[in-house]
Amino acid sequence: MIELDHLSAHFGQATALRDAILVIRRGDRLGVVGESGSGKTLLALCLMGMAPDSAHLTGKLRIDGQDMSNAREAEWQALRARRVAMIFQEPMAALNPLRRVGDTVIEPMMLHDGLSRKQALNKALSLFDEVGIPDPAARLRQFPHELSGGQRQRVLIALALACDPALLIADEPTTALDANVALRITDLLVRLAQERDMALVFISHDLAAVSRATRDIVVMYGGDMVEHGPTDQVLSAPLHPYTQGLLGARPDPTVLARDAAGKRRRLPTIPGSVPPLDQLPKGCRFAGRCPVELPRCAAEKPEMCETDQHRRAACFLMEEARDV
Amino acid sequence: MTRLPANFNLGAVLVSVVVGIAALSLVWTPHDPTLMTIKDKFAAPTATHWLGTDQLGRDVVAQLMAGARNSMTVALIAVLLGGSIGVSLGLLASALGGWVEDGVMRLADLGFAFPALLFAIMLAAVFGPSLTNAVLAISFINIPIFARVTRASANQIWTRDYVAAARAAGMGRFAISRDHILPNVAAAIIVQATIEFAVAILAEAALSYLGLGAQPPASSWGRMLSEAQTLMYLAPQLAVYPGLCIVTAVLGFGLLGDGLRDITDPRLVRER
Repeated sequence: MIELDHLSAHFGQATALRDAILVIRRGDRLGVVGESGSGKTLLALCLMGMAPDSAHLTGKLRIDGQDMSNAREAEWQALRARRVAMIFQEPMAALNPLRRVGDTVIEPMMLHDGLSRKQALNKALSLFDEVGIPDPAARLRQFPHELSGGQRQRVLIALALACDPALLIADEPTTALDANVALRITDLLVRLAQERDMALVFISHDLAAVSRATRDIVVMYGGDMVEHGPTDQVLSAPLHPYTQGLLGARPDPTVLARDAAGKRRRLPTIPGSVPPLDQLPKGCRFAGRCPVELPRCAAEKPEMCETDQHRRAACFLMEEARDV
Repeated sequence: MTRLPANFNLGAVLVSVVVGIAALSLVWTPHDPTLMTIKDKFAAPTATHWLGTDQLGRDVVAQLMAGARNSMTVALIAVLLGGSIGVSLGLLASALGGWVEDGVMRLADLGFAFPALLFAIMLAAVFGPSLTNAVLAISFINIPIFARVTRASANQIWTRDYVAAARAAGMGRFAISRDHILPNVAAAIIVQATIEFAVAILAEAALSYLGLGAQPPASSWGRMLSEAQTLMYLAPQLAVYPGLCIVTAVLGFGLLGDGLRDITDPRLVRER
């Protein structure tokens, strides 16, 4: 349905997304994880045709077989809401404070599906019901400030579902919510994706939420996709050194906070920090921070290698393991 | 209820008085403002003529009331006409960006560089002096002002998340401008419109004073002022009354605009 073939996004000399290869099919639930600045949100915006104007895209981005990498705004407008839809990180900021939430939600239906205001309001009512907003008829007439954070996020999900998209992109949908509400929103997204046979791309820092919501996972670092595979396998047995570092940096509540000598244990981290985009190494972008770096890593870019069980990772260690 | 700023309250009172008098003149004036009774010329204030009469024996109160109506009408039309064109251009520039935005803004710069009075005199020279031409001239100078204010505010709103959400929902630039941008820049536009209302009153008075605005026998504060000027030694009060009216109206709308700005811009309030 959606196919990325060596899709890259360049900003001048810097490459913020490099050679992304990905296929998303109906019913897929894909998690995208990585640090801030790893290109997760840019990837999502590319899928929506909403990458900044200053970005120059190369490679192919096929939606329903049609290459959209250089499509004009009008072509994208026809696809948005109906084929691809997106929900945003900040439910507080993503609703116009001066409009009743019902008016916001019915807008795309009237625009794309040609529904009358009355038909659209009826559909909005059933959507509000579907996303679990209590007393939907009254909520339709309320303003964003009258709703709680969780309810606003549900309204935004209803807005994204307004024209029955085939792919829903959720860009850190739970980051701004408290843990309990976040859990329920995550489960809601999974339920909706299953019931509607819709693809879900779930972008998050929260590995627990990703493991709960998704079947497959893509790990990104510095604009590269470094690992891709079934969520449970990637999280339990990571192949790429970066994924290993990322998972090692999780606080483990079963480990005592203080060691035998009474000293406070330090949380394991990945040494160093992500270099600025224009100073990333030419080869593997994790070179310089990688604990198992080979001499060729900084100059040569490792390609994605496929192992058994549909797991892929971009690391020379993989090639060597296979060659042996 | 928080206390409203003092300039807003004072402005609101002055504006209500002026607008109230203008509205009243639609249905009632103490005398016909154009009725000349030569034998009563330069009358002192009496029970029938509260502020006396002018050199042609016309009632000053009636003329001031009709002048208020004239000022309000001219300012209203000029601000609405110039404002709606300017706001549309500003929204268009902000929505399309690129060379359209550059073009509109350079045109606005050009409009700014053009003195309003000069433009009015030019119109009068070509089409003859009339109130319509004065209104057109005042409208014209309002266009770039509103275009700039609208574009500046709209550019901020375009970066908001809810605009991204609307784009993600497949809405086009014009639909977003109408439904999301315009309501959110309305506050800035209303503040600007109130201030420009004061400027328009002053401009109308200036043009009428120069004989380029309201033509006799229509009443206008500016024309009353210019007629009284030649009689300064004989009847100075005839110049004082319209002058006071202009000051009151301009001050009222200016203070109201300032007050509205203070209310709608929370950053300014915090600085107090």
